[in-house]
Amino acid sequence: MIIRIMGEGQLRLPEGALEELNRLDVDLESAVDKQDEAAFGVALRALLEAARSLGEALPQDAIEPSDLILPGDGATIEEVHELLTDGGLIPG
Amino acid sequence: MGVMRRVSTIFRAKANKALDKMEDPRETLDYSYQTQLELLQKVRRGVADVATSRKRVELQMNQVQQQTDKLDRQARDALAAGREDLAREALTRKSGVQGQVNDLRAQYESLQGEEEKLTAASQRLQAKVDAFRVKKETIKATYTAAEATTRINEVFTGISEEMGDVGLAIQRAEDKTEQMKARAGAIDELMASGALSDALGGPPPDDIQAELDRMGAGHGVDAELAKMKDELSGGGEAPRQIAGGGPVSDAVPGNANTSFPVQQPHTGEGQ
Repeated sequence: MIIRIMGEGQLRLPEGALEELNRLDVDLESAVDKQDEAAFGVALRALLEAARSLGEALPQDAIEPSDLILPGDGATIEEVHELLTDGGLIPG
Repeated sequence: MGVMRRVSTIFRAKANKALDKMEDPRETLDYSYQTQLELLQKVRRGVADVATSRKRVELQMNQVQQQTDKLDRQARDALAAGREDLAREALTRKSGVQGQVNDLRAQYESLQGEEEKLTAASQRLQAKVDAFRVKKETIKATYTAAEATTRINEVFTGISEEMGDVGLAIQRAEDKTEQMKARAGAIDELMASGALSDALGGPPPDDIQAELDRMGAGHGVDAELAKMKDELSGGGEAPRQIAGGGPVSDAVPGNANTSFPVQQPHTGEGQ
């Protein structure tokens, strides 16, 4: 499974890692829904740390779509909202 | 559905929409390649812009630091001259300016971080664009339009995702650079008009120096006056020299001429 951390690049993760990431993603989503910036920051950092420790960086010249995309380090709820509402994306 | 999957789904949907627009999927590859080259240029400009902005903040940091040093020096001079009030004023302003230095340093570090991220993004994109160019030609040479669809779909979605990511990074860096330009411009104006300390709640910056200069000049005049007074009242050699001028020495040859009258009685005696 391939995941992307926005602004950082892609990682390849073993299938078993998904469960752990999904659990952390639940916290992240709940923070987004509640507009709780503090909880969001904590959940995002936990998610990113888990992804980095479980995954292995893809080579720079790899061109593969990701199964999951994580907001980058320091992202805000507002930025995630923009991602989810399609507002911030540059068309390919 | 979690945040991670939703973001990924949106990226894919975007890529699919763009793919659907093309009649021959192979055209998509050429079109995408052009877009990639444009984005590559844009990200490189972005790196240069952030670097320029960072250098400007660096320059300002130095200027404001100089201002801090100057105020520190003035405080010392004022204290040495026994003007605690002036020293206090200088130190108050110094702490205000120091706040600006700290603020600028935080901005500098934030720009530095942005520059590093964008440089890395530019390198990643470069590597992917190079790889894409090779893949594109292979796909065009190997597959018919119908066969190529699946392969193209994957490559296109992969590169689109990267481009979306890089595009956002550029946008974020641009926003930060713009904010920074506005702030830097404001500080430049303040420094140029000498009103930096006005903004910090004090009078124009040079009044402390003006006061110190006045005091310095005052000391000089006092010292010179004292010296002059001493010279005048001491009855030293100088006044005597002035008194012993030309008229006295004129009398000396006159004295020498008195030998004639002395001789005259002598001749009178002889008659």
